[in-house]
Amino acid sequence: MIKFSEKQLKIPKLMRPVYLATVGMSKFDRAFPETRTEELCIDALTAASDFVNMTPAELKSYIHTCYYGHFADHFGDQLLGEAVIHDRLGLDPLGTIGVKTGGATGGSAMWEAVKAVASGYSDCALALGWERMDEVPTDEGNHLISCAADKDWETPLGHIYTGYYAVMAQRYWKIFGKEEESFRKTMAEVAVKNRGYARMNPHAHGPMKITVDDVINSPIVAAPLRALDCCLMSVGAACGIVCDEKTAYEITNNPLRIYIAAGSHTLRVADRRNMKIPLLPNEKPGQYDNLAKEFPGADRYPGFTGFLAARMAAWYAYRMAGVVDPTDDLDVVELHDAFTISDIQTYEDIGIRPYGQGRDYIESGDAYVINPNTNKPGALPSNPSGGLIGCMHAVGATGLMQIAEIGYHIWNRWDEIHEPQEKWDAFGREKPSDWTSLQVKDANRGLAISHAGVGSHVTCTILMNPNKLLKED
Amino acid sequence: MPKTDDEKGYVDVVNGRYKPRGTFHVIEKNQPIFNKDTGKLAGVTNPRDMTYIHSYGGEAIFFESLGKGKLMASRCDNEKCDSKGSIFEPFRIYCPDCLRKAKPVDITEKARKTAKIHSFIITERSGAFNTLPKPIKFVNVEFDEEVVTILMSVLSVGEPEIGKKIIPIFRTKSPTYTIMDLMFVAEGTKESDLPDGFTF
Repeated sequence: MIKFSEKQLKIPKLMRPVYLATVGMSKFDRAFPETRTEELCIDALTAASDFVNMTPAELKSYIHTCYYGHFADHFGDQLLGEAVIHDRLGLDPLGTIGVKTGGATGGSAMWEAVKAVASGYSDCALALGWERMDEVPTDEGNHLISCAADKDWETPLGHIYTGYYAVMAQRYWKIFGKEEESFRKTMAEVAVKNRGYARMNPHAHGPMKITVDDVINSPIVAAPLRALDCCLMSVGAACGIVCDEKTAYEITNNPLRIYIAAGSHTLRVADRRNMKIPLLPNEKPGQYDNLAKEFPGADRYPGFTGFLAARMAAWYAYRMAGVVDPTDDLDVVELHDAFTISDIQTYEDIGIRPYGQGRDYIESGDAYVINPNTNKPGALPSNPSGGLIGCMHAVGATGLMQIAEIGYHIWNRWDEIHEPQEKWDAFGREKPSDWTSLQVKDANRGLAISHAGVGSHVTCTILMNPNKLLKED
Repeated sequence: MPKTDDEKGYVDVVNGRYKPRGTFHVIEKNQPIFNKDTGKLAGVTNPRDMTYIHSYGGEAIFFESLGKGKLMASRCDNEKCDSKGSIFEPFRIYCPDCLRKAKPVDITEKARKTAKIHSFIITERSGAFNTLPKPIKFVNVEFDEEVVTILMSVLSVGEPEIGKKIIPIFRTKSPTYTIMDLMFVAEGTKESDLPDGFTF
């Protein structure tokens, strides 16, 4: 049984308010055979300077420390790749550090940057992440990813990370999905939604106009997961710049408040010991007493059906930011949809729906920009970027792309980033004739979940319009 | 093409240090990468033959025991620890709560009597360097309530199903001294149906 002390459950406190001043991202694709990583990183930082009408040199003049998210040295065959990028960005001799937390690397890089500003060490910090996943053959890439599992106990078993991850999907599918055909369709709806949203995103590398049947009939990867249930393997870069209040308002007229917290859980999915469910502010004591009766087999928590790291990241972040109910208090979310089923699991871990009822978030239409059941705005749109399934999963950049996308909605500048024909042309991508704005109207608060593997690390970032805070400092 | 014995690298421990012998890092020339459409140079390949050397430390007893047909786990026996009596499989050298050394315990019989499938997945895919036949049937194995964790392994014979009783098998002939020396089979499997080199 895992137990926490009171000290471990302290609500994290930023010693001064921290603001997100600007963000940027490169094009994302499966491969860039004729582009060096530094070119993609410079694209991302240049996009961030363009966004606040500065030159890159002007924006760089504010940066005091740098936090780089780059998960896999062995993909790029370059140790200290962060130092290479830091040099190429012309940011020497500023202090810098590399952050590596698997799929959560981007979020973790931002976690470090925010803490640097909150502590007063820096007034302006850069969080920039990237991944280079195209420079080894795909099966060697799968081997390298499997090295993020325990190399003695798991990696030799097939050298395929999906195998260690999908056992959770299988368990969730049996226990909470009850192996129902209707649940399988709901899983597929996640893929249809996210790949469809990616069609409106020129940065996205996996846009597709598909149906539920296309997903259900796509090749099996590891049952019940099929090819179209799975996220992309991408290359690209993204960044965000965080500041104290004074510096933020020197860079832009409308910075966003940023809160961020992190959680963790065992690297080995098999090593999960039982514990009581840590309750979020919108859950009540005793709420889950009958969970195992309603869903036979759900007697273990987190078992294989939940991500404790995601639950704890939300547990801390909601209390930091004053979020009580995410559906009521937030306007848009970007979640880590590595697989359709893990996306549904996350709805429960972060309290959008209670445990066992994640599917309702999709089936109700709440997760859509426009609710397909009512043709009215969805209650809490999820992944308008296309997410990891439709937009990209360039590991070190993913969490920062999500934060950028949430920012664009709250700044009410989503169209400006995703609509211009010039960008579609520059990226060599065809803008769909039915291109539609996915700007979430009147968005004031949003959340991004950055998540590693079977849940070893998760960060929960909350962005808010500073005039719409939920809690006094 | 598998390497011959002369082309292989070996490592011993002598006087407390690693002593490599044999052949390591066979050199292979890099090759240019050209864009076939433009004829321009895009980059180069960097082939490399690496051998990592790795210590099992306090887990060595687990990996050595597999080849002897034994499944070792570890148990916290610290009277002052809330987790006293908890058995860890995967084996943990130290109790994660009190950080006192956990005691190695043989759970072979417990596994034979109580192992069942907690979850599973069947996949046709694998990464480079995989040696398992496909499809691979991953299983997560739960034991009785004394064992507080769940073990990941592979089902070698039989079809996986949640709750299904399974039996451990061990590579006792030419063991690899890795987790690949342990697999599971469905209850009732005959010894003659086990993969080469494995026994109950």
